[in-house]
Amino acid sequence: MCGAPVQSQSLPAGVDVEKETVITGRVLDADGQPVGGAFVRLLDGTDEFTAEVVASATGDFRFFAAPGTWKVRALSSVGNGDSTISPTAAGVHNVDVTVAK
Amino acid sequence: MARSDVLVSADWAEQNLNAPKTVFIEVDEDTTAYDGGHIPGAIKLDWRKDLQDGVRRDFLNQEQFSELLSAKGVANDDTVVLYGGNNNWFAAYAYWYFKLYGHQDIKLIDGGRKKWELDGRELSKEPVTRPATEYKAATPDTSIRAFRDDVIAAIGKANLVDVRSPDEYSGKILAPAHLPQEQAQQRGHVPGAINIPWSTTANEDGTFKSDEDLAKLYADKGFDDSKETIAYCRIGERSSHTWFVLQEILGKKNVKNYDGSWVEYGSLVGAPIELGA
Repeated sequence: MCGAPVQSQSLPAGVDVEKETVITGRVLDADGQPVGGAFVRLLDGTDEFTAEVVASATGDFRFFAAPGTWKVRALSSVGNGDSTISPTAAGVHNVDVTVAK
Repeated sequence: MARSDVLVSADWAEQNLNAPKTVFIEVDEDTTAYDGGHIPGAIKLDWRKDLQDGVRRDFLNQEQFSELLSAKGVANDDTVVLYGGNNNWFAAYAYWYFKLYGHQDIKLIDGGRKKWELDGRELSKEPVTRPATEYKAATPDTSIRAFRDDVIAAIGKANLVDVRSPDEYSGKILAPAHLPQEQAQQRGHVPGAINIPWSTTANEDGTFKSDEDLAKLYADKGFDDSKETIAYCRIGERSSHTWFVLQEILGKKNVKNYDGSWVEYGSLVGAPIELGA
């Protein structure tokens, strides 16, 4: 498999959060309402592309990364936006991204 | 080949949805996107269910591919216009695959499904069926497909292009970051491979960069035009995207896609591996 699994708030069965550095969150509009179906890109500390998923209908996305600095960038037909997150250890790390024109 | 022969814009696609002898095909690993709305009139190919052998790790043989396209209603002389999600990874894989089986006229929609959606173009949920045909696939053209022994023989001789992300190349992570990282393979890359991530060939909306930018990208990374080339990734779809850039857009010669890629190579007992950036 190389495409992304279904994006949701609950982790897929079998994911060990003591080993995986999970970056998860939601894509929101300027009013804080979820934006479904955005293209969410994970960029590394040098802004190099690492992965991309399509957010769920409720705006949820999830990546399996590693400790370090990451930028989460969302593209949608209602606008784009990004947020930065720097997990220092495995576990579930939450970050939301607000998009606007 | 040149860009205009192999790549069409979303505008062109929209204007040619009802063109005669033209078949639009969405190719994805996860076809729920297609089921939720597709380019009007497009049929779907499921990367796993339709394009992979159900038992062995390989794709369909010549006879199976002929049966598949006959059942889907694609004729040998149709213009096939491919697109898909994941920045056209699986559509580029299908492009390479159609080419391998001798299909003459194939095009990719620049930017694929992502560009189409970001532009807010129409998506349809109407079921699409086409009358069956009698498709005849050609003998596979293995001049564009590399196998594991070709890769090992190419170390130190050919351009080995690792198109995965820098962290997969260095061994920091094992799979793209949207996937869990516990896998059976070793980490790292084929010794001497140059890391030119597929993503550096595309804009963020999924369209390909200009010919000029692409030519400069490879030249700057030390790509040697006088050598043969093998591109690989993890399972062979991102490297199809790069194969498309190198052979179909830039017109480079002797480019092969290693579809076994890291899932195979990283599991071979004794195969040489290099770690680090």
